[in-house]
Amino acid sequence: MYRYDEFDHTLVAERVAQFRDQVNRRVAGGLSEDEFKPLRLMNGLYLQLHAYMLRVAIPYGVLSAVQMRRLAHIARKYDKGYGHFTTRQNIQYNWPDLEDVPDILEELAEVEMHAIQTSGNCIRNVTADQFAGVAADEFDDPRVYAEIIRQWSTLHPEFSFLPRKFKIAITGAPNDRAAVKVHDIGLRMVAGPDGTPGFEVIVGGGQGRTPMIGYVVRDYLPVPQLLAYLEAVLRVYNQFGRRDNLYKARIKILVHETGKEEFTRLVEEEFAAMAGEDPPALPGAELARIRAYFQPPAYADLPATTPELDLALAGNRAFARWVKTAVAEHKQAGYAIVTISLKPIGGIPGDASAEEMDAVADLSERFGFGEIRVSHEQNLVLPDVPRRDLFALWQALDAAGLATANVGLVSDIIACPGLDYCNLANARSIPIAQEISERFADLDRQHDIGELKVKISGCINACGHHHVGHIGHIGILGVDRKGVEFYQVTLGGNATESAALGDIVGPSFSGEAITDAVETIVATYIDRRQAGERFLDTYRRIGMKPFKEALYAAH
Amino acid sequence: MAHSHQIVTANRLRDGAVVYLTAQGRWSETLACGAVVEEPAALADLLAQAERSVADRVVVAPYAFAVTPRADGPHPVQKREQIRAAGPTVHPQFGRATGLACAAE
Repeated sequence: MYRYDEFDHTLVAERVAQFRDQVNRRVAGGLSEDEFKPLRLMNGLYLQLHAYMLRVAIPYGVLSAVQMRRLAHIARKYDKGYGHFTTRQNIQYNWPDLEDVPDILEELAEVEMHAIQTSGNCIRNVTADQFAGVAADEFDDPRVYAEIIRQWSTLHPEFSFLPRKFKIAITGAPNDRAAVKVHDIGLRMVAGPDGTPGFEVIVGGGQGRTPMIGYVVRDYLPVPQLLAYLEAVLRVYNQFGRRDNLYKARIKILVHETGKEEFTRLVEEEFAAMAGEDPPALPGAELARIRAYFQPPAYADLPATTPELDLALAGNRAFARWVKTAVAEHKQAGYAIVTISLKPIGGIPGDASAEEMDAVADLSERFGFGEIRVSHEQNLVLPDVPRRDLFALWQALDAAGLATANVGLVSDIIACPGLDYCNLANARSIPIAQEISERFADLDRQHDIGELKVKISGCINACGHHHVGHIGHIGILGVDRKGVEFYQVTLGGNATESAALGDIVGPSFSGEAITDAVETIVATYIDRRQAGERFLDTYRRIGMKPFKEALYAAH
Repeated sequence: MAHSHQIVTANRLRDGAVVYLTAQGRWSETLACGAVVEEPAALADLLAQAERSVADRVVVAPYAFAVTPRADGPHPVQKREQIRAAGPTVHPQFGRATGLACAAE
């Protein structure tokens, strides 16, 4: 993984010192709240319902064991013993004291972490496929380009005050696990005419108040032109994006109002204007330098299976069930990618205690090369597990309470913090997730239902991704009606390569009724599905009507 | 129906904790200790006190919210304020009692 050079170290250390001075001045009266607020937000520090909240960047979701242990330490020393992994592959601490935050940032800087670009109208922390660099279906390693984008965008003077926040996601695989079509810019690695790697560039996707699927502005962009082209898109957005209306300020609105063809023309014109017919290119030496950080580790020549593994799979149903959901195919023979569910039955999606973080850090070293990933679905990933060690890993995870065999199933719920923590929320998300999880606690039932992802947002900003899901999606949006929480349900959303927005099923449900509504949706699917169909397949075949009829039959 | 009873709240500068302005002009973490006012002039007076606390760097972002007076103390009308008063519903160990009389102030 990438390691800081002297410039990174200096930049982050200077930022910590600056923020320490800003906090001191705020407490001493040298800065008003109006003056201080944009400064704290540039360092990831929000003021939420009950306390400050510090959002720490985990660039493209990649963590070392050392960094994970430091996150655990911060949770223990400065917070209430836990952290919350978010849908943007970051971690949030919900209870830091203001005057502790410079110390926290200093501790983060020691392990090459920070909270820059986790707030404000800048290019936010770039996100990527959580299986980057190890997925069997991968065309090229997106971490290389994610890191280049990180370095380019960090404190970029031209793009630090955009009309609104700006999110870039990247995947190197045809199976999109990074939801690139619902980001301001989505990058999907593809082969060019001669087989050379490049990018399909997708612009104008997003969720929030006005959900939109992005569209392709370039079918193929050669790798060397990546930053120049991103710069062209950002310049068009910076110049023409709506600064007069907060709700119309995202690039998706600009693209929609300008029109696809005209927006593309503006971008290509800006791109061409940079250097005539010879656009600025990424220096080959720099590309090679960054790529060197992401060379594969020293994999051993291991068997795909062993008699012991086969025996365990055949004789231990709980283990076999876990393997079925948690284990993904690795590009290296003899290894596996393991997703650790942070969705225990009845738990808080994405929360991890300091002890759990330490346990995962230990396991990443015992069963890999000391690397961990964070997924936008709020789970953790061990990217390099020898297949022969899967049973031992499962036993260790089970002992740590981290072996819930529900990845991709109905209780693997994405939920934003909602009204339990968030200043913007209208309704609670987490208790609904907990109730649904408990209702479907029976793993036999979950596995029978199959792939079905529930995503819950506590407000229209859609941090819980309720508009979309990977496969078979029930989106739930919380709304507040005169002090009472209601939940609007959408069906059929999907954030993969065949992205689609969910359809609103009808009138919203009360907090008391929403879990029953999910139960009804699932029962309708079970009743109507054909052999081999996932929820989304059935929904696409039979449409909304049967679900609507079942949900509102009593009315 | 308009709710005429109001309490002034803010977040404490140093730790962001939810606090309520008391009749004595202090800030309390206990909802029941918040001064409940009905008259616009009384509310304006509380908000003016709160702004002075902002200037003194004690609290940030003060505002008034509606409550329903009950025998066991004021009850916030909006769910948001109920949760601010009691703490996150999903972490009861971090919660605060809201229905108790104001004993500490």
